[in-house]
Amino acid sequence: MAGGYAGKFLDIDLNSDKISETSFEEDVLRRYLGGRGLGARILWDRLGSRWEKVDPLGPENLFLALTGPLTGYFHGARICITGKSPQSNGIIGSTVSGEFPIELKCSGWDGVIVSGKAEEPVYILIDNDNVEIKSAKHLWGKDAKTALKILTKEVKEELDKKYARLGIQKEPAVIYIGPAGENRVRAAAVEQKWSHAAGYGGYGAVMGSKNLKAIAAKGTGPLPPVANLEEVKELIREYEKLSFSRDRIRRWGTGYAGYEVGAKRSAEPVRNWQEEWHEEKSMGGDRFDLRYWVKRYWGDYGCAVTCMKLAVIKVGPNKGAITDNPDYELEAYLGPNLGVFNAGDVIYLSSLMEDLGYSGINGGNILAFAAELYQRGILTKDDLEGLELRWGDTGALAELAKRIATREGRYFDILAEGTYRAALKISDLKGVDVLPYAVHVKGVEVGAHGTRSDEDYTHDICYACSVQGGDHTSTVSDAYGDMSTVFQDSAVYCNVIAWGGGLDGLDWRFLRAVTSWDITQEEWKRELGHRIVHIQRAAELLGGPDISWQPPEDDDNPPRFYEPLPTGPFKGSVTDKEEVQRRRKEYYEAIGWDENGIPMSSVLEKLNLLDVDRALDRIRQIQ
Amino acid sequence: MLVPGVEIPHLCTQCTDYPCVESCRYNALSIDERTSAVLVDREKCTACGACIRACPGKIPHIHPRDDYVLICDLCGGDPQCVRACTEAGYNALRVVEEERYISHNLFARTPEELTRDVAENLYGEKAKELI
Repeated sequence: MAGGYAGKFLDIDLNSDKISETSFEEDVLRRYLGGRGLGARILWDRLGSRWEKVDPLGPENLFLALTGPLTGYFHGARICITGKSPQSNGIIGSTVSGEFPIELKCSGWDGVIVSGKAEEPVYILIDNDNVEIKSAKHLWGKDAKTALKILTKEVKEELDKKYARLGIQKEPAVIYIGPAGENRVRAAAVEQKWSHAAGYGGYGAVMGSKNLKAIAAKGTGPLPPVANLEEVKELIREYEKLSFSRDRIRRWGTGYAGYEVGAKRSAEPVRNWQEEWHEEKSMGGDRFDLRYWVKRYWGDYGCAVTCMKLAVIKVGPNKGAITDNPDYELEAYLGPNLGVFNAGDVIYLSSLMEDLGYSGINGGNILAFAAELYQRGILTKDDLEGLELRWGDTGALAELAKRIATREGRYFDILAEGTYRAALKISDLKGVDVLPYAVHVKGVEVGAHGTRSDEDYTHDICYACSVQGGDHTSTVSDAYGDMSTVFQDSAVYCNVIAWGGGLDGLDWRFLRAVTSWDITQEEWKRELGHRIVHIQRAAELLGGPDISWQPPEDDDNPPRFYEPLPTGPFKGSVTDKEEVQRRRKEYYEAIGWDENGIPMSSVLEKLNLLDVDRALDRIRQIQ
Repeated sequence: MLVPGVEIPHLCTQCTDYPCVESCRYNALSIDERTSAVLVDREKCTACGACIRACPGKIPHIHPRDDYVLICDLCGGDPQCVRACTEAGYNALRVVEEERYISHNLFARTPEELTRDVAENLYGEKAKELI
């Protein structure tokens, strides 16, 4: 077995309560690494032949929580959550920080594959080799943080008794969902610790559909051995030096950007993207810092970047609300994009979204979409059962989030289907086309970086051609450079350290030292990464059962990105449609997709993806 | 010190838009191209106080005896406060380069405002009684 891997994966069928172990040939691991890559391969192998028929929220779908070879060694430990996405109906690799992957690897597992559906709410307890499916009836319906508290306490007490001989153990790590996940809200996240979330993809809803409230893990063993220990130690020192040089991100996290991206780059969503410019100093990092941050340098296991900051509200009606940072995405999506320009309210809304179990980005997008429909008189007070959804009304917006999470009420149930699906239904019911107000790409609500001013890192086809849709952490450019994010999600580590200076190949040297494989950046960017993207692409195009995508039309930006910016220094700017078309064509050619955006047989054959090629015949014949 | 235990430094942050310089009718204020500090021409300054009113943090102040305004000039790029702090071993101050992504004008705030923030963080609901 290559270094960095425990060598086995948990395979749990909740239909029959069968717990087994599975493993993959070294050749497969070398090719797909782990996380997003290996997840795509597993999903394809098990569900590819009938992909269109698999309901993402049905028992047939898989829920995967996978580590990668760099997880735990390269700082910034993350776990990659994947499956058939209830947002895009393709495959999205969604990563979340925390110690869960470390506990998993120290238990001797590289990942967890869950299939089927439990009859009653359950959680899975992984204690080294002992794996149990246990009742979660007492946790079901509880808000996310309460459930986490109860579960952590009870598992810790159980393990403390069992391992009393070993002395005091750190508490178990848990991935879990809130009420939004239980109720299969398509913007539901899989959470970890108090406020970390795998947001994109809607995998909280997948856990909910399986009646799976949480997975807790505690490993008392070491991390799996690496191939070249001395080299890994040296590289960790190099990494630390780099981490401590990332001054801006260490001091401010991404929280500095709530002001900057709007004021300077005109790329921050304001009132459901009707504008992208604001100059509200109330969104500046320091407004969060002095008043609310109680911990300024906070990192998960071993991370020296410490981009997280712990914010607590100590006064007033929202006293006790607690969240991390909030980071830029949540600042933007729960602040300006809802017409909220107050640090305390943003912290409260972030904390609430975490309690309810939402992705702050996807969920925030839905709230803003609904608020715009209210602004335009399309959704009325009657439709919203008395709610007056005015921009900036934190109380009303919070109430909306709560009602969507429980799906009680006709329009709340519709909005729980996500911005795109809700837009289709509301257009139908109201006889008005509301798709122009839906800011999503292929069912995935877009991250808080606009393309109109061209001042941010996001441009023309960044979202449009990505197999992860609106995911701002997996944007594309030329089918070469963008393979880096596929690598990060597959080797599974946090990419924040790369900000503000790059890594100078440190991650690739790390991979070699950990695994002993001779994978080069070049090989990944020309071949290995492409293989993963082609599988994700095939899954996305096959889609189903309720929706599928038709490129090239659907490889495009939300309509709003073609409306001229109405305010600010970039007033009048618009995403250049011709540029998008030209770059899309170039991208198709670079990655090997035909004019309809379907991966070409010749390319798939060369990569030995014959099964993917055969499956794509199912849509090629239609055209 | 408005609240026990809360010390608030109150210094020029070199705003990117320099409202103080904009506000001066006597051309007494200029920007040091090398350090981006605000420089005061004592001869031209009338101590009218327009720059104090223009500053979002009310940071400049008038010299107690002579009629001109005081604004941190960064000691020509080698701030002596930082040197003293470092040499003494406190290491509480350091020189930061202008950051593209951190707007300096966000930090120009009044000491009252900053104290309220810090006091609330430290004392919670009791902060009000203390201020």
